[in-house]
Amino acid sequence: MRSGDFRERYEDDLALLQSPAARVWLGLLVVGLVAFPLVASKYLAYVVNVAGIAVVGALGLNLLTGSTGQISLGHSAFLAIGGYTSAILVADHGIPFWLTLPLAGLAAGLAGLLIGIPSLRLRGLYLVITTMAFAFVVEHVLGRWEALTHADRGIALPPPVLGGIRFDTDHRYYWIVLVVTAAGVLYARNLARTRVGRALVAIRDRDVAAEVGGVDIRRYKVLAFFVSSSYAGVAGCLYANYLAYINPEHFGFALSIEYIAMIIVGGLGSVLGSVLGALFISLVPEALRLLGGALGGQSVLSVWLADLRALAYGLVIIGFLLFEPEGLAGRWRTIQGYWRTYPYTY
Amino acid sequence: MTGPAVTELGIFVQLVVSGLAVGAIYALVALGFVLIFKATGVLNFAQGDLMMVGVYVCYLLVVTLGIPFLPALGAALAAAAALGCLVNVTLLRPMVGQPIFSVVMLTIGLSSVLRSLVGLAAGHQERRFPSPVADAPVALGPAVISRLGLWTLGAALLCLAGFLLFFRYTRVGLGMRATAQDQDAAALMGIGVGRVFALSWAVSAAVATVAGVFLAGITFVHPDMGFVGIRVFPALILGGIDSVAGAIVGGLLVGVIENLAGGYLDRLVGGGVKELTAFTVILAVLMLRPYGLFGTRDVERV
Repeated sequence: MRSGDFRERYEDDLALLQSPAARVWLGLLVVGLVAFPLVASKYLAYVVNVAGIAVVGALGLNLLTGSTGQISLGHSAFLAIGGYTSAILVADHGIPFWLTLPLAGLAAGLAGLLIGIPSLRLRGLYLVITTMAFAFVVEHVLGRWEALTHADRGIALPPPVLGGIRFDTDHRYYWIVLVVTAAGVLYARNLARTRVGRALVAIRDRDVAAEVGGVDIRRYKVLAFFVSSSYAGVAGCLYANYLAYINPEHFGFALSIEYIAMIIVGGLGSVLGSVLGALFISLVPEALRLLGGALGGQSVLSVWLADLRALAYGLVIIGFLLFEPEGLAGRWRTIQGYWRTYPYTY
Repeated sequence: MTGPAVTELGIFVQLVVSGLAVGAIYALVALGFVLIFKATGVLNFAQGDLMMVGVYVCYLLVVTLGIPFLPALGAALAAAAALGCLVNVTLLRPMVGQPIFSVVMLTIGLSSVLRSLVGLAAGHQERRFPSPVADAPVALGPAVISRLGLWTLGAALLCLAGFLLFFRYTRVGLGMRATAQDQDAAALMGIGVGRVFALSWAVSAAVATVAGVFLAGITFVHPDMGFVGIRVFPALILGGIDSVAGAIVGGLLVGVIENLAGGYLDRLVGGGVKELTAFTVILAVLMLRPYGLFGTRDVERV
């Protein structure tokens, strides 16, 4: 019996689907995702939509922080820029949602260049502080620039319409989220297995060695900033249109931490990790709500919910860093490795 | 402002001196950052939240239990120091040798945990901290200054002097300086590097608590007051992330710059300048002189 997973050509290492089994599983996943709205309740559809949007944002952050090693605490700012670009264009200028989706990505990407290009000189802690300062500046400007953002009143958004279909229920919006998230995952996966992805990882592991090896550090760092913040912009756009309302409070600094928690929980530098981490972190508030319902204190819980969430995120970050630094994706690889050689676990 | 005697110069002096008072708080918090960074190479993003916990302990002792201010402050300092030690031993010790990202994120997670725990335990209402000194204004030349501001300034300068003497003339201070320069060499010379780390965390949390008590005097006690830690980053960056003198000078400078910008520019653009100035300072300093005014220039050997 053939035991183990053998790769005999370099192309095998780079393949999108690395084994025949992966093909089968992917087929099942697609069927499951398409069948999902037929069986899901409204609540479940809502949870999955929020998680799907988080996946898009987490993919972006993981590309910059996990793969390229450029720590960013400014992700909330890019989400906000994407969300507000779409909201302002849709609500104040009557541009359809479908056009604003790429524009939101572009706007956030350009903002990423704005912060990324001057940051080429900075590394490590200094970059953390710069991106954090950027997050605060953006949050502050959104709350103050009455004429553009309507400040605290927020902006209400009409539901997206395409071909006579109004995407106004959780079940219908699911299709938008599904398509965008799938495209995002595919793009990230492709980026990771090509020359660009290897260049980014080389920069993370040792930038001097990467440069000696012929990687144009500046170009790839800027690219990582652009792509990462574009992802965030698209996620912000999806989020704002899903809630049909946007407000500066949605994009506080805590949101950056939430996304950091996602990629740490999921696994740094891994596409699968972004997906798993985003799902995990999106389920935390729902789990807390369930727990509160079981304990019977719904009213007390609503007072504590924000604190409990922050506590859970903090504990999750600390716990994973101390006990499972590879994240859920690492755990998944371990399990895979175990079954690959079953029953000969050597 | 009452009376016609306030001149342009008076306003300027007033803005500068009250800026110095706020800056002194920044300086004290920045000092806590520098202490930990110098000894352990960790930038502690939970510094502001350690401060917040210290302030809540002090508040609990003074307001709820009715203990006089000075003993309560002493107890709060001890509690903060113990918390700092605990954090170091339980969370940071296992992370030795891990990449910088993990350690930074660990302190960010810690900050989230501390803030939410205090929020759960004490609620989110803003509480008034009884001012330790009578807050009567003092006339100082052409300006009128709050007494609390002067006390803060005095306390900051006292702490600074204390630390400079401590680092220069005590055995422990020497050990901390040695550890900061080269951990391995220090360990080989018989310095307990682990003890130095624990001590840095303890002292740093205590200094932050001193700052927090003064801060609580001019604002409110609130679980989110730890965010002042983030507003201190500009001071830290300006002064140089590993320089004690830089922390003090940077803190005072940022306080004054913020206050002047708030005082003069707010009228022109309609508010909000004060909050943004500090972050603009960060961005400017990082682009022009990333190692700050007094920091060590980062030289990389390949």
